[in-house]
Amino acid sequence: MKRFLTATAFFVLLIAAWHWVYVRRFWSPVLVPSPESVGRYLWEIALDGSLWSSTVVTMKRLVAGYFIGLLAGLPLGFLTARVRVLRDTLGMLALGLQGLPSVCWVPLALLWFGQTEGAMLFVVVMGTLWSVILATETGVRNVNPLYIRAARTMGSQGVHTWVTVMLPASLPFIVSGMKQGWAFAWRSLMAAEIYVTILTGFGLGHLLHYGRELNAMEQVVGIMLVLLLIGLLADKILFSPFEKFLHRRWGTEK
Amino acid sequence: MTLATELQAAPSAHLAIDKVTKWFETSRGRVQALDEVSLQVAEGEFVCLVGPSGCGKSTLLNMIAGLEMPGQGSVEAGGQPVKAPSRERMMMFQESALFPWLDAYGNVMFSLKRKPGLTDRERREVAEYYLKLVGLEKFMHANIHELSGGMKQRVALARALAPNPRVLLMDEPFAALDAMTREQLYGDLQRIWTQRHVTIVFVTHNVREAVCLGDRVVLFSPHPGRIREEFKVTLSRPRDINSVEVAGYATRITRALKDHMEHGAGI
Repeated sequence: MKRFLTATAFFVLLIAAWHWVYVRRFWSPVLVPSPESVGRYLWEIALDGSLWSSTVVTMKRLVAGYFIGLLAGLPLGFLTARVRVLRDTLGMLALGLQGLPSVCWVPLALLWFGQTEGAMLFVVVMGTLWSVILATETGVRNVNPLYIRAARTMGSQGVHTWVTVMLPASLPFIVSGMKQGWAFAWRSLMAAEIYVTILTGFGLGHLLHYGRELNAMEQVVGIMLVLLLIGLLADKILFSPFEKFLHRRWGTEK
Repeated sequence: MTLATELQAAPSAHLAIDKVTKWFETSRGRVQALDEVSLQVAEGEFVCLVGPSGCGKSTLLNMIAGLEMPGQGSVEAGGQPVKAPSRERMMMFQESALFPWLDAYGNVMFSLKRKPGLTDRERREVAEYYLKLVGLEKFMHANIHELSGGMKQRVALARALAPNPRVLLMDEPFAALDAMTREQLYGDLQRIWTQRHVTIVFVTHNVREAVCLGDRVVLFSPHPGRIREEFKVTLSRPRDINSVEVAGYATRITRALKDHMEHGAGI
């Protein structure tokens, strides 16, 4: 509760400072809109429904691509960890592509898929996949071999060992890979949405883009706030439970 | 299979190791770990393998477990050749090898879940029974990192005993513990063994520990691993590691160990 109050006080102070800057007119209101105008904008798009529809469009793209990346990345990571040939080939490729800023996939996706949902999905999958492969590979290779030997004497083998020993044992690495994959996917999706208009759905990136086109700073700032909130929520809902479990079980947090 | 029969000790198994030789490929070339080692362990016998590092005693233990295969020779347990790991022969390691993603109870259940012929309820009761046997019923749902070194090895012991093995293989299980905790565990292990009479092969480089626990102490020499001498320990149980009798045996065995080291091949 105390932590919650501290956080609330901090953000209230931040908004107050913003308001003060606005009132003193250090910069033109076109460049620094008032907190009220941003709030009003958000209220309006919440009422007319465009906030929800854009959020749904963006989240659909993100979640679909992310889970495809995760479902492909986990087994591929396991395989690269276990098969020497794959480590030298796919592992190397993953290492290279993970270092590539995921925004760089946008031009390629547009040429391949045109201005379609396919292009969006592709960008998100590329953002997720390589991080997940690399993290899973590292995780599996760091599993204490003793665990596997102990599991074998207890009658575990093959798929059972993979699911009940290798997977949970490499979970700390996998979760950090999942977080990184999520961050990369989120960034590249925003870049793609700002960069191109996809007629099958207007996402939050488009609203941001139109804010700039219309010189509507309250829209730009308002959408940025929404994006920030989604990022925070994703962290709390998707990853916090995992991390809490890890910290509790592994004893990695005081 | 009923719960009552499950909780009774399974008939322990006889071990027959016949002329086992084992080579390892290392970066520095081929190394011989064991040279024609033969050993018989009777049903319900507690045998300690003692020797300096590199004498192949852990390798032999892994072969009895079925985690490694002999290069030449044969390993039989209960009259059957050992081909793969089995719940009949459970193993304990120097590090507890407990799974940190499970709690104490979950770790004990891991070995039980793979055992057919039990209902989930029976498995639960078996797990509770063994955690109680090692004195950890209050720590059933403790996370592994919250347990002390000695408690971890107790959970590992419960985990190894839970599937009711016919042989228990212990690879320096107490080596990383402090002296006080170790002495408690000597007492616990002797108590449990006296109740259940499971066949135990116990690897250690601590001669006193071997005398305190074993019916028989088998002395190994290294490079390559060979059996040098055997000592029967006829002291009554429970034995105290600090007793004069244990010390007397230990002194004699240590002297023999030193002799073998000095006159042994390859040193």
